[in-house]
Amino acid sequence: MSVVLYAESSDGKFKKVALEVASYAKAVADALGTQVTAVTINASDASELGKYGVNKVLQVQNDALQAFNAKAYADVIQQAARQEGAQVVVFSSSTDSLYVAPLVAVALEAGMASNVVAAPVSTAPFQVKRSAFSQKAFNYTTINTAVKVLSISKNSFGIHENATSVTAEAFAPQLNEGDFATKVAAVEKASGQVSIADADIVVSGGRGLKGPENWHILEDLATTLGAATACSKPVSDIGWRPHSEHVGQTGKPVASNLYIALGISGAIQHIAGINASKVKVVINTDPEAPFFKVADYGIVGDALEIVPRLTQKLKEFKAQNS
Amino acid sequence: MKILVCISHVPDTTSKINFVNGDTEFDTNGVQYVINPNDEFGLTRAIWFQEQQGAKVTVVNVGGPDTEATLRKALAIGADDAIRVNAVPMDGFFVAQQLAEVAKNGGYDLIICGKESLDYNGGMVPGMMAGLLGYNFVNACTELTVEGTQAKAAREIDGGKEVIATALPLVVGGQKGIVEEKDLRIPNMRGIMTARTKPLSVVEPVGGDDKTKAVKFEKPAPKSAVKMVSPDNLDELINLLHNEAKVI
Repeated sequence: MSVVLYAESSDGKFKKVALEVASYAKAVADALGTQVTAVTINASDASELGKYGVNKVLQVQNDALQAFNAKAYADVIQQAARQEGAQVVVFSSSTDSLYVAPLVAVALEAGMASNVVAAPVSTAPFQVKRSAFSQKAFNYTTINTAVKVLSISKNSFGIHENATSVTAEAFAPQLNEGDFATKVAAVEKASGQVSIADADIVVSGGRGLKGPENWHILEDLATTLGAATACSKPVSDIGWRPHSEHVGQTGKPVASNLYIALGISGAIQHIAGINASKVKVVINTDPEAPFFKVADYGIVGDALEIVPRLTQKLKEFKAQNS
Repeated sequence: MKILVCISHVPDTTSKINFVNGDTEFDTNGVQYVINPNDEFGLTRAIWFQEQQGAKVTVVNVGGPDTEATLRKALAIGADDAIRVNAVPMDGFFVAQQLAEVAKNGGYDLIICGKESLDYNGGMVPGMMAGLLGYNFVNACTELTVEGTQAKAAREIDGGKEVIATALPLVVGGQKGIVEEKDLRIPNMRGIMTARTKPLSVVEPVGGDDKTKAVKFEKPAPKSAVKMVSPDNLDELINLLHNEAKVI
């Protein structure tokens, strides 16, 4: 019996979401009175996971798994889950985890709940709270199968230290040719930029910024805060910014600690995509803009005039506090 | 090429979300239903394959008779025929099981779903279908081309995109990018008229174990009012973000 988690890594280093998933798995294991096993694929140092309550790490080192491959990774995780007698298998909500988790659920004949936002409400019946209706509601879902698969909404449970002594074991899954029928031909990734998915802070601009030539104002603020840059749908539709920056219901979801909206009115579809962010700041000339109803802090005024002053003050603040 | 496009019938994105019967059911009162946006991007790509490569496009939905209007809309956009699996969906696995059955029986080469529906946001149906069918699978798909039995796709990854080479039969979880917003089609009068006479068949569900059950809903707690800061007092904003919200 155990709770198994997939600890995602990038270039051998654990991602922040892996530590949140480990923290969550520990909470589930405590509620069930069992242990936590993490599965890692081509990651280096297993001991870091011990800090977050992981008792055992199954380490897979395999050159064929250097590039992410959903079917093969799912095969690794389901075999590890079987070996460990997993009652619950926990994933993050990263694009890779969301790709793999349903395949694992089918292989284990498990019921699955995604977008889980809190530790289980109860373990018998096994019930979790998840977000639904694009952040406009929550639902309580019971999972009736012996094995349960969960994916945890980013930044909802948090990272909790829980130092445990951890043992590491090599794990060699049996992979077959069918696992590799989908091949990665190329990866295009902007280097040196904070991605929206990984960012603690996101600075986002709307039509209120009046044109792409003004975006350096937003970018200066983002650089000062170590933030990712994003934009509203109209801005990407008119081509001021690339589609990859579009956040909202049909764009990328945002679940950052801080979301700063500059010149964005806050259409319901935009709010649906960013509402999982913890703290929201809006700067907009229109005091009636709907964004003020969902924001924590607001300034009525022209972002083009205010933001350069804010950036300057933040630079001074950072210099004093570093 | 035979393409199956899976359509979810969801509340319009501007709908007010409320619950009835002691918060156990979604309140459909006054709600307009639409083709799930992620599915509509996929449907539009399927129509492109139909026009450019002679593909045959079938749309399928799991739902009661009230969802047929959504299937007719998909027919008006250009799908050749439609199938409704006559069941009220219990959970993501149930839907995947029904769709996999339809896919298998119809011998489809390419199955396009949206990566998630905008109501339950489960995001699991395409992956579960691929798992049940043993087909290749690309999720969060933002580009898709097919030559013979070979497919080339791109998927969104955190901070970029990945180009994938794979083969049919293939299940795709599509999203914006597979076509762009401007490529979406509003059905014209001719499309609406012909949709009335296109075949829509109803099949009965298979299996039926509910692995999960949504037992209760809850609306987020009302938010405390926004704290307004003067544009002349930006130090106050920095102070609040640092000391109160503790995010910088």
